[in-house]
Amino acid sequence: MKLVIAIIKPFKLEEVRDALTAIGVHGMTVAEVKGYGRQKGHTEIYRGAEYAVNFLPKVRIEVAISDDQADRVIEAIIAAAKTGQIGDGKIFVTDISHAVRIRTGEKNNDAL
Amino acid sequence: MTTRASWGGLAISFAIAGLASFAASPAFAQAAGINQADTAWIISATGLVLMMTVPGLALFYAGMVRKKNVLATMAQSLVAAMLCSVLWLAVGYSLAFNGDGAFIGTLDRVFLLGVGMDTVHPAASTIPEALFMIFQMTFAVITVALVSGSVADRMCFAAFVWFAALWLLLVYVPLAHWVWGGGFLGAAGLLDFAGGTVVHLNAGVAGLVAAYVVGARKGYGTDNMAPYNLALGVIGTGLLWVGWFGFNGGSALAANSRAVYAIVATHLAACSGALAWMFCEWWTRGKPSVLGMISGVIAGLGTITPASGFVLPWHGVVIGLIAGASCFWACTKLKLALGYDDSLDVFGVHGVGGFLGTLLTGVFAVGAISGGPTGLLEGNSGQLLIQAYGVAVTIVYVGVATWVLLKVIDLFSPLRVSPQQEIEGLDISQHGESLQ
Repeated sequence: MKLVIAIIKPFKLEEVRDALTAIGVHGMTVAEVKGYGRQKGHTEIYRGAEYAVNFLPKVRIEVAISDDQADRVIEAIIAAAKTGQIGDGKIFVTDISHAVRIRTGEKNNDAL
Repeated sequence: MTTRASWGGLAISFAIAGLASFAASPAFAQAAGINQADTAWIISATGLVLMMTVPGLALFYAGMVRKKNVLATMAQSLVAAMLCSVLWLAVGYSLAFNGDGAFIGTLDRVFLLGVGMDTVHPAASTIPEALFMIFQMTFAVITVALVSGSVADRMCFAAFVWFAALWLLLVYVPLAHWVWGGGFLGAAGLLDFAGGTVVHLNAGVAGLVAAYVVGARKGYGTDNMAPYNLALGVIGTGLLWVGWFGFNGGSALAANSRAVYAIVATHLAACSGALAWMFCEWWTRGKPSVLGMISGVIAGLGTITPASGFVLPWHGVVIGLIAGASCFWACTKLKLALGYDDSLDVFGVHGVGGFLGTLLTGVFAVGAISGGPTGLLEGNSGQLLIQAYGVAVTIVYVGVATWVLLKVIDLFSPLRVSPQQEIEGLDISQHGESLQ
C-alpha cells in the first residue's frame, strides 16, 4: 500500500478529484495548508506598509492506494494539477504498513 | 426616514394650499416658527450621523486591525457612543452651545434644564431644541470614536473610557463652543460648516498626540499587521459615506437648498478623493488597492466637511482631488518619515483632511451659498487668514490638552496593555471574547 501526498494549487483541487475518481480512487483526505517552495511568498502593501507574506495557501491531498495503482495515481495528479507555472506543488509517496477500516475491522488492501 | 421627510413635505403642502393648518389645531400645537420639513430632515440627519459611528466607523476601523483586536476596536466606538451621549445630555450640550462666553458656555442647560417642547436654539430656530441637542450629540460621539483609531491594537479599554469622557469635556466641548457655540473663533469669522476644525482636525491632532504618548505597537515595522478583513472596511466606508450626507447636509440645520448643495459637494469630494488616492497608488505602487480607495473616500469626505455649505459642486471635486493626493502622501510618506505609529491613520486622513479643508474653505467660499462670507476666489483674502488662525488655535489647544490629559490618565489608569496582553490580543485580554 502507498500513501500519496500531493501539495497542489487550491483552485486545482476539483480537477484532481475528478481525475482520481475517473481512475477508480474512491476516497481522499484534503487539508488547506500554507507553505512555500521555489515560488517563495509575495509582498502586500497597506497604505505604504509592506509586508512579506512567506507562506502561500495550498491544498494538501492524501490518497491511500494499493501498490499497483501508485503510478497511475501520480500521473493523474500531475496531469490535472500542472499549470507549468512555478508553485504547482509536489507529490510525495510513502509506504503504508497497516490499514484498518474502523467500521468493519477489514485490514490492509480490503480497507482502502 | 423617507416616510418622515414626506410627511414633513406633505404638511408644508397642506399649509401652503391652505387646506389645513396644523398649527391652529390644539392637537398639533407647537412653537411658532418650528418648521416640520426642517424638523423631519434633521431627525433623519441625526440618525444618519449616529449610524456613522455605530456601525460605520466600528466596521471601518475593525476591518483594518488584526483579527485578535476586532472586537476591542468596535468596543471603542460603542463606548464612545454610549458614554459621550450621556455626558452630552448631562453637561456637554450646555457648556458647548448655551451662552456666548468667549471660551466656554454656561451650565444653564445642565441635564437639559429649561429645554422644553417649545424651546429652540438660536442657531436653529426652526427645529425643536432637543433635536438640535441630539444632532450635535452625534458629532461629539463620532469625534471621540475617531481618535480611537490611532491607538488601536494597544490601548487599555479602561484608560480609553477615562479618555473618552474627559477628552469630550475638556477638548471637544470647548472647541465646539469656540467655533459653533458663540465662542471666540466663530466670532472671529471662522468658517467651519460641519466640523473641519471641531471634528476632523481635532480628532486627527488628538490621534497623533495619542499615538506618540501611547507608543508604537509591539512589532511595528517588522511584524505583519495586515488588515483582518477589508470587506468590513468597505461596508463601514459605505455607511460613513451615506451618513456624511446627514453630517454635512444636516449642518444646514434646515431642509433647504444649502443642505442640498452641501450634500452634492460632499458626494463629489468623496468620489474625487477616492479617484485621486487610487491613481496615486496605482502610479507609485503599481496596484490600486481597495484599502486605498476607501481611504480616499474618507479623505475626500473629511476634507469637504468644513467647506460643504459654502462651495459649489465643482469645488467639491477640486477639494476631493487635493484631499486624496495629500492624504495619500501623508499616510504613505509623512508617517514613515516621522516614525509615529498612528495605527489607522487618524492624523493622515482626518488631521490632514481637516487642516486642508478648513484652509480651502477660505479659498472657495461663495457668498451666494454662504449667505455672506466669501473666499479668496471671490477676492476676499482675509478669510484665508481667519481660517489659518482657526487651524492654528485648534492644533495648539488640542495638541497640548490631549497630551496633558493622557499623561494624567496614565497616572491612575495605565494607557497601555501589558506586552503579553498585546501579543494575545485585546479582544481576549480586555473583553474576554474572541472571533473564532
